Amino acid sequence: MFDLQTWTTAIHTWLTGFIPEWTAILLESVVVALIIITLYAVFAIALIYLERKICAFFQCRIGPNRVGKWGLLQVFGDVFKMLQKEIIRMRKSDRFLHDLAPYLVVTASMLTFACLPWNKGGHIIDFNIGIFFMLAVSSIGVVGILLAGLGSNSKYPMIGAMRAGAQLISYEISIGLTMLTMVALTGTMQISEIVQQQADYGWNIVRGHLPALIAFLVYLIAGNAECNRGPFDLPEGESELTAGYHTEYSGMHFGYYYLAEYLNLFIAAGIASTIFLGGWAPLHIAGLDGFNHIMDLIPGFFWFVGKTFFVVFLLMWERWTFPRLRIDHILSLEWKYLMPISLINLLLMALVVVLGLGINLN
Amino acid sequence: MDSHNIMFFILAALILFSSIACVLTKSILRAATYLFFALVGTAGIYFILGYTFLGAVQLMVYAGGVVVLYVFAILLTRGRKDQLSQNTKTKIFASALLSLAGLGIFVFAILKGNFATNPLAAPNEGILSMNDVGSSMLSTGDNGFLLPFEAVSVLLLACIVAALVIARKR
Repeated sequence: MFDLQTWTTAIHTWLTGFIPEWTAILLESVVVALIIITLYAVFAIALIYLERKICAFFQCRIGPNRVGKWGLLQVFGDVFKMLQKEIIRMRKSDRFLHDLAPYLVVTASMLTFACLPWNKGGHIIDFNIGIFFMLAVSSIGVVGILLAGLGSNSKYPMIGAMRAGAQLISYEISIGLTMLTMVALTGTMQISEIVQQQADYGWNIVRGHLPALIAFLVYLIAGNAECNRGPFDLPEGESELTAGYHTEYSGMHFGYYYLAEYLNLFIAAGIASTIFLGGWAPLHIAGLDGFNHIMDLIPGFFWFVGKTFFVVFLLMWERWTFPRLRIDHILSLEWKYLMPISLINLLLMALVVVLGLGINLN
Repeated sequence: MDSHNIMFFILAALILFSSIACVLTKSILRAATYLFFALVGTAGIYFILGYTFLGAVQLMVYAGGVVVLYVFAILLTRGRKDQLSQNTKTKIFASALLSLAGLGIFVFAILKGNFATNPLAAPNEGILSMNDVGSSMLSTGDNGFLLPFEAVSVLLLACIVAALVIARKR
């Protein structure tokens, strides 16, 4: 397996050869941050195109097909349009909070984005409490959404922000419990170690069989709700609230919400592929050594992105299949069904781990 | 000068200025926002110390939980009076006296206390592993926190029951 760590250590020793260590670390951090921001924008463009095409296919339409071959340049056109638009200031709104809110949302989503394991040795933020850190920084986004609703001095954003806040706080519980279930299986919270274990002993969804599968299904539902998407896009239900909490935003400030929404979809899928489908770990089937060897030749980055886009497709499938729920249905789905299911599932997983019933490949 | 020392000063400035802004601003919502920045800065200090678990808890519970709770409370109770009340002479005098007393206690504690004077080397998160935190949280032996842990869960249960009573009042 290709290990990115050999390259990064080589670059680090080369840099420390002629500048002090703290300057080298600062320089590396800036370069890595620039890489993350670029990847963030590139994935957003890819996801918007994917969403339009997949949505079109689910509704028996063709989707964008005028600008460029198969409409490939449509998203670029939209991005440039968004960049040129004027940023409108509302009278009597709290300017400071109104301008701050989109940056909080985008910061939370970028911090979570930086936790994803891109390759063997290619993790950027890798604390020993990795998964917990991920949950903690993603909860900052709620503050941004609530401030957007309250700082706009308008009724629609206020109702949208309240709905979004209630929904995000509720579904965070299911997400946390499913992650806890998988942490109970792996016995570590460090993201790089979780993936390394899966590369050595088989993907978690196979190792944890029944409880892992239940956790995966619960995660797919709660993940869609956490991104304000799918049947759970009530906070921005356009038929009743025009656009929800970002009604009063225009230009790039609206663009940040749009960006964060799509990247949160990617991040939700990325976390699912990390903790259930093995992150950068290649597909191995016990016994087929030749097949396993060929799979090892594909770099981990492609495995990770491929699995993530597979989960993205599952989430989009869910979004375009089910009709929108009502707010009380959304909340009762979480508190009366998903949370009890995930609590029982956690107990089941604890039993599996204690009794040693998990499947151990290799 | 090391990079974590520079980061410490940046975070200290962030905490200091947002704390001052938090008490000086007239709008409740802005005060909550400045409080959010002060709490995030504190989490940053924990990360510098290498205690990532406490930093993440600080982000999750205070920045992501308590501030959201405050904003929700402002949202639900907001009427015409989202401005703070006017200050009277007695109020200013009383609060000045209280803050001077607080400052005195803190300065006394800092000057009197014996701190381990080793300056922080590079941040290192190997000081305390996750397993140690978990097992001391649920142990009854030395450094065990089982009793406070359970007492807090009783408190949370009381909160849930109280919320149910308020919500079910019709």
